Amino acid sequence: MKIMHCPLNGPRNIQEFVWMGDVKKVPDQASCSDAEWTDYLFIEDNIAGEVDEWWLHAPSNYLFVARRNTLTDEILWTKKTSDYFTDGAP
Amino acid sequence: MPFALLKYGLNPRRRDAPQLKWPSEIRKYYDVIIIGAGGHGLATAYYLATRHGISNIAVLDKAWMGGGNTARNTTIIRANYLTPEGVAFYKESVELFRGLSQELDINIMYSERGHFTLAHTDAAMRTARWRAEVNKHLGVDSEVIDADEVARLCPVMNVSDDVRYPILGALYHPPGALARHDAIAWGYAKGAMARGVEVHPGTEVVSILRDGDRVIGVDTSRGRIFADKVVQAVAGSSSRVSALAGFRLPIKTIPLQACVSEPVKPILDQIVVSGSLHVYISQSARGEMVMGGATDPYGLYSSRSTLDFKEGLMAHMLELFPFMAELRVLRQWAGIADMTPDFSPVMGLTPVRNYYIDSGWGTWGFKATPVCGFRMAECVATGRQPELLKPFALERFSSFDLVGEKGAASVGH
Repeated sequence: MKIMHCPLNGPRNIQEFVWMGDVKKVPDQASCSDAEWTDYLFIEDNIAGEVDEWWLHAPSNYLFVARRNTLTDEILWTKKTSDYFTDGAP
Repeated sequence: MPFALLKYGLNPRRRDAPQLKWPSEIRKYYDVIIIGAGGHGLATAYYLATRHGISNIAVLDKAWMGGGNTARNTTIIRANYLTPEGVAFYKESVELFRGLSQELDINIMYSERGHFTLAHTDAAMRTARWRAEVNKHLGVDSEVIDADEVARLCPVMNVSDDVRYPILGALYHPPGALARHDAIAWGYAKGAMARGVEVHPGTEVVSILRDGDRVIGVDTSRGRIFADKVVQAVAGSSSRVSALAGFRLPIKTIPLQACVSEPVKPILDQIVVSGSLHVYISQSARGEMVMGGATDPYGLYSSRSTLDFKEGLMAHMLELFPFMAELRVLRQWAGIADMTPDFSPVMGLTPVRNYYIDSGWGTWGFKATPVCGFRMAECVATGRQPELLKPFALERFSSFDLVGEKGAASVGH
């Protein structure tokens, strides 16, 4: 069993979590072009290495950010959303 | 040991003629470079050489021939998809597969078994009827059958109501088949090499050379090679190679795991899939039960195996086939799949001129090998997107023209 550390609930089985994809900058819907919007919706960096991602602890519906290495299957850290964005991430 | 055999073995003039020969030298220029010596890349080279008269081709591979997803799939061939675009595409693939042993002069062990997509809910029955109607309309043999008919055709399956998800019926697709996956790669390689195509294993592409918006060649671990046209057929690493060419794809890389049991005598004739239970199973010609499930719950570039996968797979498998309790798992592995948002491939022209892509092969790549080779060769030779590949162009994502393929394997519906 693989363990993920939920910032709210502590270490839990990774089966309780839902992978929500990369943390991306959301373009301004009112002013962005169609190309920028479809790029945001569908196109992926799909990095082989360290990525920052949204994860959800499904039973408690708690959303947070995790940094993961997609080559080694390691979870480097998990952070509350508020901590992640005050720490100067994109 | 018979004396004649001993004499033959020790005869120094005996030559083991290898069927496939790698050229030791790599040249500085080719008409076409194909990145990835898997089934798709080799098939593209074969059809370019046989149908379009282009045989000055180098097929490059970082590792060895047919060692990626060509070796890691579960060898199922079928055409019972949901979208008209998908059905037409996979139908052509099945037709090519049927003649492939003759065409390539190699026994691909094509074996038509019949294919069940089980339905355990009303919603799944509705999807099965939908798929059957689309299939019939396009000339693909599919029909919806009830649980009694499933039991008659496949007596070893447990169709009782006394399980968590009783079987209500199935989409039955008689042409569903299995084939020897390695033989497909070997056959295409043999045919292509006989016409002058070079295959270079152990040759990694490290960068892609461009002159403005046009590709002019590649830098490899064995030096610089120029080419008029470059094709990438590297499912599993599509985003990494397209990044070298300078564009991004609508792809997430996710592992797909599979395993086989110890071999037993023939007991299961058909290929059985359940989208609701996330399992599929068939019995190989060797007697092994070949089993797989859904893709992993999160993206990864590693082909590691997990206990979670086997736990889920076995629990559902024992419900469908109680006799499986007697069997042990012999081998397990994972392939790295290109998952697209609409479960359809991304093929054809790219933002880079003379650079062609064959990607987005999530859990449906093996069954498309011949048609991909055939149509990618047409695309490369003519420089235009073939009619059959138009729905799968990369531009569909900027025009919201997605091809939602809910008939794809390993997709829960």
